[in-house]
Amino acid sequence: MAAVTQDTAVSTGRVTRAFIYLLLLLFALFYLLPLYVMGVNSVKPLEEITGGNMMALPQVWTLDPWRSAWSTAQIGVEPTGLKPYFLNSILMVVPAVAISTIVGALNGYVLTKWRFRGDTWVFGLMLFSCFIPFQIVLIPMAVVLGKLGLAGSVPGLILVHVVYGIGFTTLYFRNYYAAFPTELVRAAQIDGAGFFQIFWRILLPVSGPIAVVSVIWQFTNIWNDFLFGASFGGTSQPMTVALNNLVQSSTGVKEYNVHFAGAILAALPTLVVYIVAGRYFVRGLMAGSVKG
Amino acid sequence: MTASTAPDFRTRLQDWLPKLVLAPSFAVTILFVYGFIAFTAVLSFTGSKMLPNFKWVGWENYEKLWALPAWNTAIVNIAIFATLYIVICTAVGLLLAVFLDQKIRGEGVLRPIYLYPMALSFIVTGTAWKWFLDPGIGLEKVVRLWGWESFSFTWIKDGDMAIYTIVIAAVWQTSGFVMAMFLAGLRGIDNEILKAAQIDGASNWQLYRRIVIPLLRPAFLSAFVILSHLAIKSYDLVVALTGGGPGRATEMPATFMYSYTFTRNQMGIGASSAVIMLMTIAAIMVPYLYAELKEKK
Amino acid sequence: MGFLDIRNVTKSYGNVEVLHRVDIAVEEGEFLVLVGPSGCGKSTLLNMIAGLEGITGGEIAIKGRVVNGVHPSKRNIAMVFQSYALYPNMTVGQNMTFGLEMHGVPKPERERALADVAKLLQIDHLLDRKPGQLSGGQRQRVAMGRALVRNPDVFLFDEPLSNLDAKLRVDMRTEIKKLHQKLKTTIVYVTHDQIEAMTLSTRIAVMNKGYVQQLGTPKEIYDTPANLFVATFMGSPAMNIIPAKVVLRDGVPHAAVTDADGAERVLRFSQPSLTAWEGKDIHLGIRPEAITDPEGADRKSGNIQSLSNRVTVTEPAGSDTFVTMTLGGRDAIARMRADASVAAGQSYDFAVNMDKAVAFDPATEARILP
Repeated sequence: MAAVTQDTAVSTGRVTRAFIYLLLLLFALFYLLPLYVMGVNSVKPLEEITGGNMMALPQVWTLDPWRSAWSTAQIGVEPTGLKPYFLNSILMVVPAVAISTIVGALNGYVLTKWRFRGDTWVFGLMLFSCFIPFQIVLIPMAVVLGKLGLAGSVPGLILVHVVYGIGFTTLYFRNYYAAFPTELVRAAQIDGAGFFQIFWRILLPVSGPIAVVSVIWQFTNIWNDFLFGASFGGTSQPMTVALNNLVQSSTGVKEYNVHFAGAILAALPTLVVYIVAGRYFVRGLMAGSVKG
Repeated sequence: MTASTAPDFRTRLQDWLPKLVLAPSFAVTILFVYGFIAFTAVLSFTGSKMLPNFKWVGWENYEKLWALPAWNTAIVNIAIFATLYIVICTAVGLLLAVFLDQKIRGEGVLRPIYLYPMALSFIVTGTAWKWFLDPGIGLEKVVRLWGWESFSFTWIKDGDMAIYTIVIAAVWQTSGFVMAMFLAGLRGIDNEILKAAQIDGASNWQLYRRIVIPLLRPAFLSAFVILSHLAIKSYDLVVALTGGGPGRATEMPATFMYSYTFTRNQMGIGASSAVIMLMTIAAIMVPYLYAELKEKK
Repeated sequence: MGFLDIRNVTKSYGNVEVLHRVDIAVEEGEFLVLVGPSGCGKSTLLNMIAGLEGITGGEIAIKGRVVNGVHPSKRNIAMVFQSYALYPNMTVGQNMTFGLEMHGVPKPERERALADVAKLLQIDHLLDRKPGQLSGGQRQRVAMGRALVRNPDVFLFDEPLSNLDAKLRVDMRTEIKKLHQKLKTTIVYVTHDQIEAMTLSTRIAVMNKGYVQQLGTPKEIYDTPANLFVATFMGSPAMNIIPAKVVLRDGVPHAAVTDADGAERVLRFSQPSLTAWEGKDIHLGIRPEAITDPEGADRKSGNIQSLSNRVTVTEPAGSDTFVTMTLGGRDAIARMRADASVAAGQSYDFAVNMDKAVAFDPATEARILP
């Protein structure tokens, strides 16, 4: 491990170290503060927020804001709570993640183990699609979804997320398979295994780690997406759009505690993923940035 | 002597099967990415209003666009936002990475705390900071309750300062990720180089300034590319945090494009703003990706 | 017609021809080694035999059947790779029988073949392990086992020993040789290590820059190298190449070597045919073991010449002592008995076995044929 060999390269004095610790702790507070504010105020009655101190712990603990956010809060015009939108998000995320990961794995396999003339160009074109500002495709996408009869539907959103997700999944699997010895593929060819047999029997069994990275990355990205959801969600809006509608609604009293509870609900799935599989999450981020 | 030299069926099958497997993805990319880009580019030269039409108007949309005060606000805002966001994120990320690399006790606890905001949606981040910075219930009120009666922090309601609240929230969300990139870079540096520099008599400060930071060049480059592309795409955060307001004070190209296309029915102008956004990102990404892919050949 | 025929085979990538008209006929049971520096085309040629790379021109036939365009799995060959290429997710047993499974061989038959080969290679106890749990030498055996199980017409080895440490490499080399002697299989073996080539092969093809420089038995390659490349590539330390001129003394050809200080030494050739080269420049090739101390000189040689020269460096290697001198303006190495008394800076009378000397044409670099 690199972390272990980094032993005594830089030595620092006592005062410097105290300063370093202080600064690191201050930053930790900075990062934790919004989470604390959301958590604490989501279990307070509204009067305690408007009339009291946002940083204080609740005097009266209540789960009502959570119940309201989940099932009764006014989203747009309907008092449905976030529940149906949460389900929309699930229905959208699961197939989109599954399809884009499988397609990415096959693409990565072809691009590393069955190379052909111009394959780098094909990959480059796919890779660039990860980085375009999606504003550039909003108008034609709206037209095409309308023509396909998929506008405002969950399948429409699945299609959009798969299309603009395969660039990343392909990148992950390509980089991963590039490190996989090509001699193994050649050995399998001599052994008589075909294209899909090699993928299925030789590569897939060792693809666990990168599949986890790809799934987490896609899950986080698609769950957190707002632009496509707001543009093409129609009556099947995902969680993020609903949360924004809840928070931005200009009618009635602003129920801050409900907003905070809703925000946590929207953040919960990705936070859970981050806590459970943070290591893979970080690896996904890094692979998306440093194209090693 | 059998003398058939044409490839057998199996060999030929294996020749086109990989391409066949890749073809749908490639076709989808060509159509949904490059075809759509072309479509939007064409629209930007038409008089499309609420729906696309193909009445050619030449550069009219672009001329109108640059004459619009809202677009000019958006350009000024993105310049301020992108500069501050990239500089501060890089500085904070580098500082945290260097400090965390000093054999810090509890690194395993601190690192995930710095990084978790990256897992959140910008909408969640925006909501949290919107209310935290709200003078009526958030920071200003808290400080006053703690006894500093004259404390005032109303940036989010102030047309001149609201853009900086977006910077704060965006830095909060991404700086931990930049930290992780720099930390990976630091851990990748050969320890023997550092030892050699120390034997040569370099102080800690000189060590970092002269040896370590130059060696982190690739991490700087990656951070710059990722951050600038995130900055230009920033839409959700603005919507959730300020909604582009107060007034139009925090308009950004992304919000401008959306409102002109879908709510103001000026699709031609919206398309031309999207083309400008794409050009800006392409100017950064294309050389970067080209260099990355070429190196590996 | 041989068992494995490589007929006028060429390989091009785009406009660049990397392999030029290779023509080799391998007999059944032969152990052919392709040897050369990296980039000489030896692995490309092996991959073309395996069917992993296409053939641009010419044809390859196995047992009389032209296999150009035939899928690798239908050529009845087996290959041992440099990295062993063991499937990491399968056990040793599964690794070895994967090929049989892909070819639809029924399970009982696979098990029988596996048991036979495992016993032969003494890896029976490893069959349930994963490759990750094996040592380098064990992996090497498994890789060979995987090839043997198939019972192919031709075995292809791609630098199979280069990932092993020095001692294990020597052991496995002997192991492979024993196996070949026992099974009498046809083998094509690629290596960049000239000692492996010499020890293992029945015939060697020395390759460089996409050309087969020389094809012959190890003895032919070593004693009568076709050109300067083969002469210097095979053998360690390399053959001494000394600029010289052919002069006639009493009608007999001699090599005249001129030192930097103008002093001329002459060494009588054993080949009378070199008379034809009188007055011309040549490169004189003498292997280090042909320059010795007088007591260590080959008694069977009919032409030992004495050479007096100053010693510049001595390198005792235990079994021998290597002595460096300057000859014709270049360093030349002599191989002495370990206890020969030489010291740097002193003059010494070396014995040169001119029976073993060869001469090269400086213009074409080819050996001047007797």
